[in-house]
Amino acid sequence: MTTTTPVMAPVPPGDRETGRPRRRAARARRRLSSPAASTIAVVIAVLWTVPTFGLLITSLRPELDIRRSGWWTFFTDPEFTLDNYNQVLYGGGTDFSTLFVNSLVITLPSVVIPITLALLAAYAFAWIKFRGRNVLFVAVFALQVVPIQVTLIPLLTLYVDGGLAGSFWTIWLSHSIFALPLAIFLLHNFMKDIPASLVEAARMDGAGHVRVFFQVLLPLLTPAIAAFGVFQFLWVWNDLLVALTFAGGAPDVVPLTVRLAEMVGTRGSDWYLLAAGAFVAMVVPLVVFLALQRYFVRGLLAGSVKG
Amino acid sequence: MTMRARGRRSALAGGLGVALLLTGCGADEIDGGDSGGGGAEAAEFELDCAPYEEFGDLEGETVNVYTSITDPEDQPHIDSYVPFEECTGVDVQYEGSREFEAQLVVRVQSGNAPDIAFIPQPGLLGTLVETGAVVPAPEQVEANVDEYWEESWKEYGSVDGTFYAAPLGANAKSFVWYSPSMFDEAGYEIPETWDDMIALSEEIAGTGAKPWCAGIGSGEATGWPATDWLEDVLLRTAGPEVYDQWVNHEIPFNDPRVVEALNTAGEILKNPEFVNGGLGEVQSIASTEFGDAGLPILDGSCWMHRQASFYQANWPEGTEVGPDGDVFAFPLPPIGDEGAPPVLGGGEFTAAFSEEPAVQAFQTFLSSPEWANIKAQTSGPGWVSANTGLDPENLESPIDQLAAEMFQDPDAVFRFDGSDLMPGEIGAGALWSELTSWIANDKSSEAVLTDVENAWPAS
Amino acid sequence: MQWFLEANSVGHKIALMVFAILLFAVVMGGILLAVDRPKRVPTWVVVAGFLGPTLALLLLGLVYPALETVRGSFYDRRGEEFIGFDNYVTVFTEDGFQTVLRNTVLWVVLVPVITTALGLVYAYLVDRTRFESLAKALVFLPMAISMVGAGVIWRFVYEFRPDQPGVNQIGLLNQALVLFGIEPQQFLIDAPSNTFYLIVVMIWIQAGFAMTVLSAAIKAIPDDVVEAARLDGVSGVQMFRYVTVPSIRPALVVVLTTVAIVTLKVFDIVRTMTGGNFATSVVANEFYTQAFRQFNFGLGAALAVLLFILVIPIIAYNVRQLRLSEEIR
Repeated sequence: MTTTTPVMAPVPPGDRETGRPRRRAARARRRLSSPAASTIAVVIAVLWTVPTFGLLITSLRPELDIRRSGWWTFFTDPEFTLDNYNQVLYGGGTDFSTLFVNSLVITLPSVVIPITLALLAAYAFAWIKFRGRNVLFVAVFALQVVPIQVTLIPLLTLYVDGGLAGSFWTIWLSHSIFALPLAIFLLHNFMKDIPASLVEAARMDGAGHVRVFFQVLLPLLTPAIAAFGVFQFLWVWNDLLVALTFAGGAPDVVPLTVRLAEMVGTRGSDWYLLAAGAFVAMVVPLVVFLALQRYFVRGLLAGSVKG
Repeated sequence: MTMRARGRRSALAGGLGVALLLTGCGADEIDGGDSGGGGAEAAEFELDCAPYEEFGDLEGETVNVYTSITDPEDQPHIDSYVPFEECTGVDVQYEGSREFEAQLVVRVQSGNAPDIAFIPQPGLLGTLVETGAVVPAPEQVEANVDEYWEESWKEYGSVDGTFYAAPLGANAKSFVWYSPSMFDEAGYEIPETWDDMIALSEEIAGTGAKPWCAGIGSGEATGWPATDWLEDVLLRTAGPEVYDQWVNHEIPFNDPRVVEALNTAGEILKNPEFVNGGLGEVQSIASTEFGDAGLPILDGSCWMHRQASFYQANWPEGTEVGPDGDVFAFPLPPIGDEGAPPVLGGGEFTAAFSEEPAVQAFQTFLSSPEWANIKAQTSGPGWVSANTGLDPENLESPIDQLAAEMFQDPDAVFRFDGSDLMPGEIGAGALWSELTSWIANDKSSEAVLTDVENAWPAS
Repeated sequence: MQWFLEANSVGHKIALMVFAILLFAVVMGGILLAVDRPKRVPTWVVVAGFLGPTLALLLLGLVYPALETVRGSFYDRRGEEFIGFDNYVTVFTEDGFQTVLRNTVLWVVLVPVITTALGLVYAYLVDRTRFESLAKALVFLPMAISMVGAGVIWRFVYEFRPDQPGVNQIGLLNQALVLFGIEPQQFLIDAPSNTFYLIVVMIWIQAGFAMTVLSAAIKAIPDDVVEAARLDGVSGVQMFRYVTVPSIRPALVVVLTTVAIVTLKVFDIVRTMTGGNFATSVVANEFYTQAFRQFNFGLGAALAVLLFILVIPIIAYNVRQLRLSEEIR
């Protein structure tokens, strides 16, 4: 999604290679020169971080303090405890590492499968001419608005009939299905902006669609894939509804989020534990983002050089 | 589990001690030892296996239980099944979820129903029975219920004359929480009648303090604690017959007697002199989470808080619950005539979606007094059953004992929480949101009840 | 067969996962190999190879349930009796529905616009600075937090406690007000401003998405274009307005669209923070309440169909964009 990189279009790819490194260097570290600009950036960053920071502090405070005073009083009256984390990690009936493995096992295929399918579909919509292409594309795009809730009963009925209910398969399938419309929409947007000349040149050499897809387009798409991969990872990792419905009744399958949601207690009154829970659940997605963040940009450069 | 729970408790108590000293609260005693659940090993219990032998050889069978009861109250449930599992060789798989209501219907509609579900609202039971998936209770269960429960409980588990679901746990809602030590110091007596209670409130208000604290916030279910207020008062001002007519919509929702009851509740809840101790103006009742609403009692900024017996789980760990402890509760007094105060309560019902012998054997076990007594011992405070075979001595917490005695008192009128009996769009919809604006927007009692009446489903 | 359905050890689960991915790769690889015969295979076969599996999944998982929903919206609460447009009549005559509709429109207009604007400005400002990755990670943070976590976080911002001696504020915003000597506010209760406070939460979550996508788009602007503009002596603000924004227009459309559709569907924020009380409900929340709390499937379906209808303007806008870009190409 990154890129939608429209803008590659006006510039013939050949010209780009030469000047880039030098100009890039010249452009680096220039923008924040204006004090107004820095101020705005800092204000946004602070506004966005403070609530989460408050949560972090909260997760380290004793229950009674959390209910009775603001988290900022931590600085004047530091009361520190790891009990909340203790309870999140060891308090439940299920072993925490099992939940962690479940989350991971659920997430990886649920990222790989829809992205692959969406890439192929987006390619077809962008580069294969066939009747009804646009209508079909708009239809797929429009499917984004179908709320997941309306699909639960029909899908679960199908799974039960197929004897799949309560296994990982139903969760993988469901996540893949729900991700497709958005993935296709975003990747298509990227894909159609790749210069036609590249594709046509390959076609002239006698490459079929499959070869064009793998040899010409895929390398250019790395940043888009990385970006969408991160988002899909987050959505699946943080998902509660799909897991709750389709993993139903199978303790071997339920992910972290299900356990976190139960932690607030039968009447929802232990919500203070959520602060610690939210942080535990956040670690993995954050690491994924930080690891792939550099990769978005690198992929982008690598792609354009190859192009 | 035992080890973990204990470790956590003592650590918490330690931290809390420091906190209390720092805030100058001066708790008399830090209770770190015997408060939590899961202390007793279920295997210690003796169970007579004979009643379950008539279901045949059940070795290796599995029974799925789906409930809304989650951590940390799930473990005592799981522990209490162990004697049954040892008797029969059945494996009981427990699953609790906060999304229980929605998920159960999705599963039932998709043909993926659990074997047994613990249903907290008779209204939901009706919805499920309509789908045709619920199977009637076996005769052994019916016999248990006839013998050990007050008859209104059996009715709540029946739909159109067929008995489906035996009652399981229960809670008593008609309690007012207070601090025995504060009452002692100020020389206040526990009020025996409604008028006494109002007089006491006025006396406290005269000192400049706010006598009552309340909170009806509960996320998407915001408003439910207010329905309990209305029901408790109606049961007292108009009596159980009118209450039943009102719940069944045989009289209009906005009948003058209901308006009167809501106004009576409003004399406390909407009286700026009386509320909202430690929490703000009247309006703050709408935004305060029900779980936090009683806490001002601990720091002395509030005197009384009407909430169910299960509220004891909301006191921070280390708070001593008891007639001489930090907090305790008295029954919400009757209005007008003397006598035992009526009891408003709630509870769960065991609905089965399967007729397998193992399922029926388990249902029978759950409806037996043996189970109630085992569960009483595996549970910490906050669990009670209306099973008359339950020995209150087995309950750990004084408030649970009090609740059990109220349930077993043949003179006390018991009525189930009406909002759980009404159609969902009222009992878990219009009534919640209308009572929320009754508080938040100072909407009049007449307007609130008339709007609920108009929302009552036509059929 | 059992092996594929019941995995209960760590090794088994991971093996199953690897197997699933491999199975998928083999199937897709097979399909692609089969259609990779340039010129001899008719186009429709190639299209079927590329699109077939996707369309099959979509038909099964989304189209069929969506059609069922449309059908269900004409039936009664249990889906048994045909009642024509009654559910729609109920929706539109229901007391307070004007408010729900007004709120939904507010959400769908404000959230995408503000989110995109903030994401864009921020991405532009921190682009190629020394702290870029840190700065981006900070704004991205909320995306990594689950909805439940976000609910707790904002509770500590909006929570109200009275301004009395001995009572501490636990909400950050009210603490700030008290510091300046202003009465604490009931942020979530006082309509209509409470809707805006809820919208803030959604913007806070989604800004990371907008920022990430737009930042990548900004980086893809060819340096020549930027350099040329710079040589012409344009200022930072002008550069932003005349070079950056037009260059990443398609990315802006994508972000606006995506966020708008997500916003249309979102209900967790409203559900967890106010439960739809205090005149804050939106269509998606009403839909959820009807279908999964009141078990009025007919009415719930009608509300879902209303969502389908509300998305039409967004689709129309995108179709126009699609046409425009086709013309350019």
